[in-house]
Amino acid sequence: MADHFRPTELNALQTGRSTPSRPPAAVGTRLTAGPGQKAGYERLADHQRRLGARPAGGRWLLDVLQQSGLRGRGGAWFPTWRKWAAVAEHSDGHSVVVINASEGEPLSAKDRTLISLRPHLVLDGAVLAADTLGANDIVVYLSRGAQTSERTLQSAIKERGRAGLLEPPMHIVRTAHRYIAGEASAVVNRVSGGPSKPRFTLRRAAENGVDDRPTLVQNVETLAHVALIARHGSDWFRTLGTASTPGSTLMTLWGNVKRPGVYEVDLGARLGGVLETAGGTVSPPGGALLGGYFGTWLSPKSLQDLPLDADTLRSTHQASLGCGVLAVLPNGSCGVVEAARIFSYLAAETAGQCGPCVNGLSAIAETMERIAVSDAVPSDLDQVRRWVDMVRGRGACHHPDGAVGMLSSALTVFNDHLGFHVSGQRCHGVDVTGFPQPPIPGRGWR
Amino acid sequence: MSGSPRRRLRVNPILCDGYGYCAEIVPELISLDDWGFPIVDTRPIDDDKVLGLSDRAVATCPRLALLLEDVALEQH
Repeated sequence: MADHFRPTELNALQTGRSTPSRPPAAVGTRLTAGPGQKAGYERLADHQRRLGARPAGGRWLLDVLQQSGLRGRGGAWFPTWRKWAAVAEHSDGHSVVVINASEGEPLSAKDRTLISLRPHLVLDGAVLAADTLGANDIVVYLSRGAQTSERTLQSAIKERGRAGLLEPPMHIVRTAHRYIAGEASAVVNRVSGGPSKPRFTLRRAAENGVDDRPTLVQNVETLAHVALIARHGSDWFRTLGTASTPGSTLMTLWGNVKRPGVYEVDLGARLGGVLETAGGTVSPPGGALLGGYFGTWLSPKSLQDLPLDADTLRSTHQASLGCGVLAVLPNGSCGVVEAARIFSYLAAETAGQCGPCVNGLSAIAETMERIAVSDAVPSDLDQVRRWVDMVRGRGACHHPDGAVGMLSSALTVFNDHLGFHVSGQRCHGVDVTGFPQPPIPGRGWR
Repeated sequence: MSGSPRRRLRVNPILCDGYGYCAEIVPELISLDDWGFPIVDTRPIDDDKVLGLSDRAVATCPRLALLLEDVALEQH
């Protein structure tokens, strides 16, 4: 099949440091269809006029979600209907729906972008979930500092109240902006009044979540898709994407692209097509990180033709779209250096609870920093590889797994270049700018 | 409740402080990493002697971080 990429949305938005040129004018066909960014968020009346009133949820929606093949957009791509079914199984009318808007991934801007445009799509999805699962509380879980999102959601929630919609009460819970604050057990911990640190539990949130109630923790974008699927049906949803990964998705494009920003793309696309949407690359790419800081490094070769389809990504590259981030390396920059920088950030973002994570990540980070600046010997590399295997799977959450997964993909993809770093020769990639740098690690857990 | 369901070891890494007693008691299933924290073989235990030792390790842990769980639970 020819490149069947169809740009379904082009509301490019500035995501930070690298300045995008003017945002493309085209408008999306799904999540971001309708008025553009300049109009502010879409008000309830406009939203209802454009899409029709929200249907009532119920068991029927569980079936439709199963037929739609929708998978969670928070990073794990877990089938949404299965997550809902697990909550439904335990719910007796007092469960909780948490809209996970924490977006702790530094490279992701899709969730806050979606909120700034279509808060009512997200809230519709949450109410549909509450209807279907028998939930009597809806919580919006937000990072402190996400003031625009908070203002938008507060105002949208008020609008719904004024319109007299019969919906469960919605309240906002804030947390410190931390990488793992959005992990399901950390969310449950925080919404229950504790710190946003993961917890060790033998029972899932679906059974034993917020205040021991069955709890659905669902990403913002996933809920927005639900709101559309409930209106238009599963066949409609499947007209984009592939059989195993249907629909469209929001991606945040960064680094070596002409117009960095958030785009809604067809999941049937290939990465090359996605890059075109963002105006193409500025310089020949030196590789890319797909899926965010827990993602996978890709070689320049594999970039063009790689499909976004989840099954193909996993089987051919052990990769995943994750939270939809694609960060492209500029020509001359070094994937080993950037991976080491990201790893140091992740090591600092440990919740500090589990020995293997606390000790393992900092030991690996220290050694990788020396490797990055060519102050290392070949045995350092062996040591890193041994530690990577040692810490995998040994935390209460998947923070160590995500961190070492990202690193080991870098060690594989940039293997040829690693010899350079452990032979004492200086790598000039250290000085090349243009790849987004990790932020300063967060503070506090509330 | 002993008997039919198979059991396996599991460590709560948040509680664990790396005392390391468990690795001395059941070296068959537990070794220590470079920082003294247990690496636990979490496959179901078939050997009765090893299961007995595992029980003792669970009881000995000063942090109550080690547990034996029914394998059926693991499906979750």
